[in-house]
Amino acid sequence: MSMITVRKLVKRFGLKTVLRGMDFSVEPGEFVALLGPNGAGKTTFLRILSSLSRPSIGHVSIAGYSLPNQAASVRRRLGVVSHLPLLYGDLTAEENLRFYARMYNVALAEKRISDVLEMVGLASRRRDLVRTFSRGMQQRLAIGRAVLHDPEVMLFDEPHTGLDQDACLMLDTVLQEVAARGRTVVMTSHDLARVADLASRFDVLSRGVITASVQRSQIEPNDLLAFYRQSINET
Amino acid sequence: MEPKPRMLVILDVVTVLLFLIAVGMVFFYAPLEAIMGQVQRVFYFHVANAWVGMLGFMVAAIAGIAYLRKNDRKWDIVGLAAIEISFVFFLTAIISGSIWARGSWGTWWTWDPRLTTAAICELVYAAYFMLRQGIEDPDRRARFGAVYAILSFISVPLTFISIRIFRTIHPVIFGGAAAAGGTFEMSPIMLQTFMFSLLTFSIIFIDLLWHRIRLGKLADETEALRLKTLQ
Amino acid sequence: MESMPKTEDKLGTTESTLGVGQFIRSVTAIIWKDLAAELRSRELLSAMLVFALLVILIFNFALELDAAARSSVTAGVLWVTFAFAGTIGLNRSMAMEKDRGCLDGLLLAPVDRTAIYFGKAIGNLIFMLIVEAIVLPVYSVLYSVNLFNPGLLLVILLGSIGYVAVGTLLSSMAVQTRTRDVLLPVLLFPLIIPVLIAAVKASTGFLQGVDVADIRAWINLLLVYDVIFIAVAFMVFDYIVEE
Repeated sequence: MSMITVRKLVKRFGLKTVLRGMDFSVEPGEFVALLGPNGAGKTTFLRILSSLSRPSIGHVSIAGYSLPNQAASVRRRLGVVSHLPLLYGDLTAEENLRFYARMYNVALAEKRISDVLEMVGLASRRRDLVRTFSRGMQQRLAIGRAVLHDPEVMLFDEPHTGLDQDACLMLDTVLQEVAARGRTVVMTSHDLARVADLASRFDVLSRGVITASVQRSQIEPNDLLAFYRQSINET
Repeated sequence: MEPKPRMLVILDVVTVLLFLIAVGMVFFYAPLEAIMGQVQRVFYFHVANAWVGMLGFMVAAIAGIAYLRKNDRKWDIVGLAAIEISFVFFLTAIISGSIWARGSWGTWWTWDPRLTTAAICELVYAAYFMLRQGIEDPDRRARFGAVYAILSFISVPLTFISIRIFRTIHPVIFGGAAAAGGTFEMSPIMLQTFMFSLLTFSIIFIDLLWHRIRLGKLADETEALRLKTLQ
Repeated sequence: MESMPKTEDKLGTTESTLGVGQFIRSVTAIIWKDLAAELRSRELLSAMLVFALLVILIFNFALELDAAARSSVTAGVLWVTFAFAGTIGLNRSMAMEKDRGCLDGLLLAPVDRTAIYFGKAIGNLIFMLIVEAIVLPVYSVLYSVNLFNPGLLLVILLGSIGYVAVGTLLSSMAVQTRTRDVLLPVLLFPLIIPVLIAAVKASTGFLQGVDVADIRAWINLLLVYDVIFIAVAFMVFDYIVEE
């Protein structure tokens, strides 16, 4: 059974159609990089997958539960990182995690929080206000928040946005660890270089549909750019 | 773009006719009221207008519930149309009420329950428009409009009751004897005129509503075509 | 290195994320979070307080009153103050969620949407009560009026509940529009007129020692209003936050 199944997904905003009958599926443990130009619908698609937005038409299911009807069951199994950190500036790092631990009813919360802070390299800053964190640190904490309840599926929406080189490298380390746990990951990006080393599969979303998909094993890193360019030109 | 449906054309004609007859009735058929004179004739239009205003509000609230349930754009157009029309009708109700007040009690405004509630309704409608104005996404605009229409519709009776308990000098029309001045007995002819006015204005409301809904649909179609050409 | 909890443990906890227990847990988590954040920054409370005290001060000059006239106007002044200061609290409370996308964070949690509403609403109520608890003694002192009247306190509680019930709903809409802060008073004030009227009349009644039987109608109106709008909020909040 696929972990994520999307069939004939259409999303309209008023009279404008953003997603036009998308088909998409992800097997457990895959790390899919969803590429595409700005405005292709990547963020919209991710919002639908994360249950924040409803499909206009079509079928979406994650871990066997369908959206939007079984959204609560889906949410339990999802960890989402968007380009906004979803953190409260006036609380400390550990207070933020504690809050989310309660919202997700995480067992053995204190230990889990410590482990997560350790994993994202913020254990020494646990008592500091998030307001004082750099963007890179906030993103790392955001990932911590997302893995807190140990979700099976993780969704990342352009997580490298706004990060400098060092921060990106740190983020990649965390991402690799996250992926190594056997989680299913979908990450959107418009920066190929970022995802080239992380993903096991590359899909291209252009003008509201998936126009191409290729396994990492089937393509050379050097050819990735050509593959991408070609996929967004053919519609 | 479909041409005006036959029913609507007929309705237009009927509406105009009814209105002319109503005006005729009000000025020529209904008797001249003893105490207030010509000013009393405002009464026929005033109450009808207020009635239609409330009707519109109710339609908007129901359309709001329908939209939230069904998620069909059509209901949003209905809701918006109803409130736009109610806005105008309540405005004329307030103005005619003001004229009445001038004629009865010598002041342009009275803080009595009905007039005050009408003024508050006008503010609610204005708020409704402002709310819609501040939203780009059409779905969200429709959803929030629906929610606000429902919320405000529920608050209006409560508002009315609270003001009513607070104070009243609004004439109690039906049933004759009243505490304050400015009331009168309704003779059968007056009653007929009144009922006819009520009917006429209800038909006017439906006619305008239909036109406005058509307008909304055409606007949607135009927008859809425009988006198509952009892509 | 992180340790992954066994699947069995996970199942044990995850099944209980639906249901009343989690609902209450989420509501208290949200309230706690709002209180903790406010304790740190004190932005919300100080803004509300300063504003409230300024309004009272302005009223002092705007309505030059002798002691006799004052007693009939106290309730009105207080409630106008609370109504205006309240909008500041409502706006900031919701803006905090909109900031850094936190509202999405709440929506992603596997819990009923209305838990978010109740959490925020109760948080807003607490802030409002805190401001009222400070304003009352200050007013008492400034104008030599005894405001420690149990009836009055009851009215303030009921009125605040109604205000916050509707205000939280509307602020969660207003925060998603372009015009934001400006829009909330416009949306809110027409709808809370019953609360204002009932609260002012009942407050005045209690302050002037009027017979309770006469005040009862107003208290009932407040109760009815509160119950109706909390019930409606329950039904309608989903549509405000879902997309």
